[in-house]
Amino acid sequence: MLTCGIDIGARSIDIVLLDGTRIVASSVTETGVTPRENARSAFEALLRDAGVRSSDIARTLATGYGRNYFEGMDRTSSEILCHAAGVAALFPRVRTVIDIGAQDSKLIQTGEGGRVLDFVMNDRCAAGTGKFIEIVAAMLHLSLEEIGPLALRTAETCEISSMCAVFAESEIVGLLHKGMAREVILRGVFRSIARRTLGMAGKFSLEEDVVFTGGVALNPGIVQALKQESAIREILIPPCPQITGALGAAILARRDMVE
Amino acid sequence: MKPDIRQVWTELEVNLDLHDQLLASMAKSHKKTHLWQKHRPKGIEFFDHALHASHAERVAEIHAFRKGGGKSIGTFCIYVPDEIALAADVLPIPLCGGSGWPVNYADKMFPRDICPIIRSTFGMAFSGTCPYKKLKDFAIGETTCDAKKKAWDLLGFKAMEVPQKKNPVDRDLWLMEVYAFKEMMEKLSGVPVTAEKLSDNIKLVNRKRKSLQRINEFRRLDNPPLSGLDALLVSQIALSQDTVKFIEAAEALADELRERAEAGISAYENGNRKPRVMMAGTPSPMGNAKVHYAVESSGMKIVADESCTGLRYYSALVDESQTTLEGMIRAIADRYFSIDCSCFSPNKERIENVVKVAQEYRVKGVVQNILQYCHGYNVEAKAVENALNEAHIPSLKIVSDYSDEDLEQLRVRTESFAELIGAK
Repeated sequence: MLTCGIDIGARSIDIVLLDGTRIVASSVTETGVTPRENARSAFEALLRDAGVRSSDIARTLATGYGRNYFEGMDRTSSEILCHAAGVAALFPRVRTVIDIGAQDSKLIQTGEGGRVLDFVMNDRCAAGTGKFIEIVAAMLHLSLEEIGPLALRTAETCEISSMCAVFAESEIVGLLHKGMAREVILRGVFRSIARRTLGMAGKFSLEEDVVFTGGVALNPGIVQALKQESAIREILIPPCPQITGALGAAILARRDMVE
Repeated sequence: MKPDIRQVWTELEVNLDLHDQLLASMAKSHKKTHLWQKHRPKGIEFFDHALHASHAERVAEIHAFRKGGGKSIGTFCIYVPDEIALAADVLPIPLCGGSGWPVNYADKMFPRDICPIIRSTFGMAFSGTCPYKKLKDFAIGETTCDAKKKAWDLLGFKAMEVPQKKNPVDRDLWLMEVYAFKEMMEKLSGVPVTAEKLSDNIKLVNRKRKSLQRINEFRRLDNPPLSGLDALLVSQIALSQDTVKFIEAAEALADELRERAEAGISAYENGNRKPRVMMAGTPSPMGNAKVHYAVESSGMKIVADESCTGLRYYSALVDESQTTLEGMIRAIADRYFSIDCSCFSPNKERIENVVKVAQEYRVKGVVQNILQYCHGYNVEAKAVENALNEAHIPSLKIVSDYSDEDLEQLRVRTESFAELIGAK
């Protein structure tokens, strides 16, 4: 029997089908402007591609912003618990999860077996989230795939001091007018995001192993900045960092059945 | 709506169209935050109604009182002593706004990055949707934060000086402010504050506090007969209703809660499984229950609330044993001076009290509910968090305003917190 985890986030809908501890199939699609319908069709498409019937799925657990609106779910759980469970399955020695999604950034402190000990999240503000990185990429006429590798090409950096996405945008406009290279601006932006994310830790220490999840983990520029701005020696990244929440949801669904 | 109340609003220069929009917005928000609850006591209906009546029947009552020559003042924080105003036959009317609807109308005079209480209150006044604007002789503020102080200056309001430290010289200053307030009230109404009248009103306002305390006591039970959302509603109404009417309704509710407690009726579905939590921080004036809603709809029971719309409003009584006018005024000054607003520096009393209340009410966690741009509570939150950590009580800090847009984001936090403390 299979379990399903679906993470309906601000930017992507991530789905994992799990058979015991084995990932049978997974997908990442855009949330778009009709999240409910898109979640439904992404779910159906995944079943079709994997050759699975919906009756083969014993239990479905939903997480993410759209969790309450997915009709096929048996229950919901918060992203925090799901990310911790998903990461612990991939990296059993994890103690800290850094998750940067489109709308949120979170730090999760975990104990044995992915048990959540504490967590912090960004305030209601786009700075330091995936959304902010998207805005910056668009301003620099670059794709999300290009910005990370581009930033790694320079050792030079600059100061982006504003904490507000809107003000940071005008700060970048100013830097462009001064003739600053895009890669230097990107390094400055990534450093400010790294500082902001690490600064949230305030109440707890970032113990290793540290695992970085969420779509932003695909950006090597941010990974480098996180290391440079902290004492973390190594940052582990799952092969597909977007799906850890959905994986955790499928694991929690499985746990429900065992219990 | 009855036509006569619209007549009253017209006389009070209320913008009827906008005011209808405000009322609709308040009703919608109350429906969303409160009316989903399935196991509310019957007596809570009075308070549901009073929320709407605060813009209707209560307004008509005060309008009639003033037409008969009665005097009234507008107040904001919980520092202006009701007892003294009432003893001079002056009706104090709290004006703090909790609705998100009028917030942007405050742009006319105020910056966007100040606290939503100020913006909501004056947004209502500027948009012609505050029927109380014309129902007072003057407003009297207090010096609990910089944005408020400057707002009073801009608007030409009077203000009581709440000292910022707790030394003997500060107590003396506050006592002088209380005396000055007494003289101001006597001058307004022409009615002298006598020992007899002051004593009566000390007892009356204490009765109101005791009725709130009595209701609150039931929240100590493992599975309380009143939800945290409804306890908040009761506190909010305590500030707007006629004192005597409020006491009657509150005592009736307390009687019902006793019966429910004896019969083991809880306000919560699966209440035994829900972790007990406490709210601490800034007030949630009438119209705002967003964070309480996020917390209770995420599967937690709010069993205590330390804010100005909770214990800070009613936990301390005025000493009733004084017989002279001077003794009574000193007792009143002492009582109001004991309010542990974050404007005090240092503010050890509040930090210790949060931990004490958390332990007394056996909570598994504390939610620090902070209104955006309230620097006092926001910065003090760190000291509160540290003290709670030392007592091994987990806490979650939430900074938000009156808008609904971040509800789902807040819920990620409150649901995670519920899972976290529920598992412990």
